[in-house]
Amino acid sequence: MSLSAYSKASSPAHFSLFARTLHWLMAAGIIAMLFIGVGMVASVSERHQWLIQIHKPLGVALLVLVCLRLVRRLAGGVPTLPLDIPSWQRLAALGSHILLYVLMFAMPLIGWAMVSAGGYPVTVGSWQLPAIAPTNAALFAWLRGAHRYLAFLLFATVLLHLAAALFHGWIRRDGVLASMVRGR
Amino acid sequence: MPYEPKSDARPLDARQICLRLGAIGAIVLFSGAAFAYVGGWLDPNRLTPDRVVDALETNSGVHAGYRRNHAKGVCVAGHFESSGAAHALSMAAVFAPGDTQVIGRLALPGGNPYAPDSSVPIRSFALQFTSPNGEQWRTGMNSMPVFPLATPQAFYDQQVAARPDPQTHKPDPQRMKAFFGAHPEAEAFLRWVRTAKPSASYATESYYGLNAFYFVDSEGKRHPVRWRLVPEGAAAAPAAQPQHDANYLQADLEQRLATGPLRWHLWVTLGQADDSTNDATKQWPDDRPAVDAGTVVITSSASQDEGPCRDVNYDPTILPRGIAISDDPLLPARSAAYAASYERRTSEGPPHNTMSSSPSNQSEHAQ
Repeated sequence: MSLSAYSKASSPAHFSLFARTLHWLMAAGIIAMLFIGVGMVASVSERHQWLIQIHKPLGVALLVLVCLRLVRRLAGGVPTLPLDIPSWQRLAALGSHILLYVLMFAMPLIGWAMVSAGGYPVTVGSWQLPAIAPTNAALFAWLRGAHRYLAFLLFATVLLHLAAALFHGWIRRDGVLASMVRGR
Repeated sequence: MPYEPKSDARPLDARQICLRLGAIGAIVLFSGAAFAYVGGWLDPNRLTPDRVVDALETNSGVHAGYRRNHAKGVCVAGHFESSGAAHALSMAAVFAPGDTQVIGRLALPGGNPYAPDSSVPIRSFALQFTSPNGEQWRTGMNSMPVFPLATPQAFYDQQVAARPDPQTHKPDPQRMKAFFGAHPEAEAFLRWVRTAKPSASYATESYYGLNAFYFVDSEGKRHPVRWRLVPEGAAAAPAAQPQHDANYLQADLEQRLATGPLRWHLWVTLGQADDSTNDATKQWPDDRPAVDAGTVVITSSASQDEGPCRDVNYDPTILPRGIAISDDPLLPARSAAYAASYERRTSEGPPHNTMSSSPSNQSEHAQ
């Protein structure tokens, strides 16, 4: 991701409809995914089965969306933050957005690799995807742990992102939240 | 282009800022609490896969690298020779005429990988069929025709009731009696177990899939089925004799395989519309039609510490197109609990047989 994402060069005045649609689709998908994931591994009922049937295709859909989204971001840029934002907040915004992008790629890829390493067929709906990791129990265990703890990290980052967005919208009222809600 | 400061936004007073900060904090806290609730952390009584596995570990101890249930076993390999007879009922590639590679595991129920072979009268057979198209069918079968209990909660309660007494290191008979008194559905199993003897061989046992499934044919029609493996040409299972040691099953298996492959027929029983598919404690009536789908041919065995079955989670919900789970509540519970066991044991590294250096072949008497 470009570190110049917050520079003034080539920054649009607001997020396009395409960018906002991607953002809100993925926001809904990621939050649903986090709750589905944490719910399915805590259930022994039939819920366990149908949540997995949603978890895998939704994960693939989010992987496709984040690819589109990264291309859009690198090509279209993002609006600059207001000039009076302290530098530590600017840094935190940049850092948390990089982390969000890394996790949005990592989570579905780790999930896919984990199923592969466990020797399971990678079935998504009625599709069979290729394995992207060798069958290896130690690798499976490592990826399984990573999938869990990075999901917790992603949830915490999403909450931080949400709190910061509301801080901009309700307290600073500086147009940052509005840029993603209304596009201006 | 930087944002323009909003000229119409009146400055907030301290009280408004506090209120709004409080609202943001409340939203974050509520979201975190909802996540914790869904994850089962707020409800210590919810039956989760980890709690099922915890109960198994409490009863049998933690044996690093080993399965938390059916911990003692042996890997086997071979193939399935499909007769083609089940292909009209299920479009699964495994049922088309021809051979499919299988990796299996013969085992004892219970969480102790060092349990004497005569400690339980039950043996189990798990199989993984891998079709050339990459699809897999995994199934775990047991040598009894019915499961004692119908629900995951009852299975968990049974583990709690069977918790070994600290003095005797055995389950408290009173508590077990009280448990089965409260679970009349276990009657068919208890009737079976009263006459069951620990068999001296894995090879002479029949193994029952216990749970109902659906076969889906090429027109999408679903047929309720149950399957079992029936040994070919084997004499009735002999009971273990007093001269047998603690690990006679593996030795017997190796001896038999040295003289040729072992064969089981895969019989698929078709349920009728009103046969229940959600109760593993009951068999379907004897007159239901059955199809001989083919023969499982086992040609080799290997230690479970290094063999090809070691890293396989025999999750019975891993199915090819053409087989689907039924509404039996044990199936999702098996899938979920096996996954928890698999995660634990793979993160512990490969099993280390701590008994292999000590003589484990001391005379051990069958009941």
